[in-house]
Amino acid sequence: MSALVQGAAARMLTKGNEAICLGAIAAGCRHYYGYPITPQNDIPEYMAAHLPALGGTFLQAESEVATINFILGTSASGKRVMTSSSGPGISLMQEGLSYMAGSELPAVIVNISRSGPGLGGIAPSQGDYFQSVKGGGHGGYRLIVLAPHSVQEMYSLTMLAFDLADRHRTPVVILGDAIVGQMKEPFRPIPYTPAVPPEKPWALTGCAGRERQNLKSLHLKDNAIEVHNWKLHEKYERIRKEEVRSESFLLEGAKIGIVAFGTAARVSKTAIQWARKEGIPVGMLRPVTLFPFPEREIRELAPQADVLLVIEMNTGQMVADVRQCTPLHDRIEFFGKPCAMPTPEEILVRIRSLSGRRGGADR
Amino acid sequence: MKTESEKTVFERPRSLVDVRTHFCPGCHHGTIHRIVAGCIDAFGLREKTVGVACVGCAVFLYDYIDVDVLEAPHGRAPAVATGVKRAQPDRFVFTYQGDGDLAAIGTSEVIHAANRGENLTVIFVNNTTYGMTGGQMAPTTLLGQKTSTSPYGRDFRGDGYPIRMAELLAGLEGTAYSARVAVSTPAQIRKAKEAVRKAFEMQIKGMGFSIVEFLSTCPTNWGMKPIDAQKRVLGEMSEFFPPGVYKERKQADFA
Repeated sequence: MSALVQGAAARMLTKGNEAICLGAIAAGCRHYYGYPITPQNDIPEYMAAHLPALGGTFLQAESEVATINFILGTSASGKRVMTSSSGPGISLMQEGLSYMAGSELPAVIVNISRSGPGLGGIAPSQGDYFQSVKGGGHGGYRLIVLAPHSVQEMYSLTMLAFDLADRHRTPVVILGDAIVGQMKEPFRPIPYTPAVPPEKPWALTGCAGRERQNLKSLHLKDNAIEVHNWKLHEKYERIRKEEVRSESFLLEGAKIGIVAFGTAARVSKTAIQWARKEGIPVGMLRPVTLFPFPEREIRELAPQADVLLVIEMNTGQMVADVRQCTPLHDRIEFFGKPCAMPTPEEILVRIRSLSGRRGGADR
Repeated sequence: MKTESEKTVFERPRSLVDVRTHFCPGCHHGTIHRIVAGCIDAFGLREKTVGVACVGCAVFLYDYIDVDVLEAPHGRAPAVATGVKRAQPDRFVFTYQGDGDLAAIGTSEVIHAANRGENLTVIFVNNTTYGMTGGQMAPTTLLGQKTSTSPYGRDFRGDGYPIRMAELLAGLEGTAYSARVAVSTPAQIRKAKEAVRKAFEMQIKGMGFSIVEFLSTCPTNWGMKPIDAQKRVLGEMSEFFPPGVYKERKQADFA
């Protein structure tokens, strides 16, 4: 572990991918399954090195198709379990994720996303936004999606992901990218305090002392599948009410409101601070949960700001969700950089340009 | 009423649920379910078993066998079972899969579970067709056999050959036990019980992956009367898929 413990403050210098492992282990995850793919190999390598000593299980699967089904089986056994992959591998997991959503099985799925479509490239990208937040597989379901923008969050949101997965009995996706996965920065490994007791009476452990039970997604009798769909819908509505998380960054008096997540948001913070020094009133609303999406927060921000600047490392995906939050479509601007990290300079140029346009008439 | 001198020699296994099955007349799933349930009872495993059901006619395993059952995506049962067994090594884990499930869409999962020596048992039901979807060509469909997607008979020039899974899996180091059985005569049923018992024993002893392939009927999709379907199993099916024990470990690698 490349950790630099600095005295009592116990700050560690760690890669984002390793912080995910530390968060998972702190949250009691002792089962990890995966398949090699760039840029997330630090995660299986860390788990392979550390889980056995903790009495856990690391298993390298023959494919991501197998991986997600290992995950399904261990989750059904009542254990906390995690996998990680990147775009192409996450695509192969979609079948299993649909079954897990249908069978209401919790797990944490990490996507250190890369460029696509297809084999794409290994450069960082946010091109998997739609796949992550709209379901991804067949049949109509949602997954909770968390978008860390720092090594600290790679750690703490992983712990939260396990809690949310168990609380709502659903797979939770951590949507990172090559930058937030590979970058190193100090973070504090705050102790894990469980939000929910991990009791799982539905787990399949053998029917000693009780009736047999099953976990399944097939519902053929009468209108059972319709009833099941409404039940899942209610769950997703409950998640939308209870689990929205976002960060307001220098939004006080902001006339330009940036909306960005993950690495794009991290870079935007620098550009915003530079722009503020120039006297430009700009801030950011950063969705931490991509599903549920901070709809109310964006709806309230839109009238306050003259312009919402949506920044993504793709050609425009989350911007569609931002448009759905507000009727003020003419205030929404988009800056996209597919398959590459935008620089703070590039973002500052956009901010200045929008600022000039905004004040153009009375300057 | 039983008198003092009477002794029960045949009864429903405790682990077999007392309900009518949805299986067609002449189908072997009921017989195979009974053998599996009987062996679960024989080893006293009912309360520590997790079964994994596949996609197809056998998906309703949880209605018929009185144990915890998990439903897997099509073909993925050995991977799902791996996840269960790795999380609960002290539980008894078996999958129940058809030939489309195991030998077509799930070939990768079963080969790698076997190759890892995954300590679980596969019950593989080979009836040379996709039963639930209406009798399409399966990887095990015999040459010349007409199905709804091989209406002129399976032709090796386009469709390839039927695949012999018991032999194929026996060739892997991780496989502890691989056998093929049939259940078309009382003598075969006795042999089949013995094979399942052996396969279960392998798992109980931690010897590794075990599989029993059953030659099974599908009178509905074969377009045959049940008696004729039995004859087909005993005839051309047994010729191409010979019953027998293809691998039996005497000792575990770790022993």
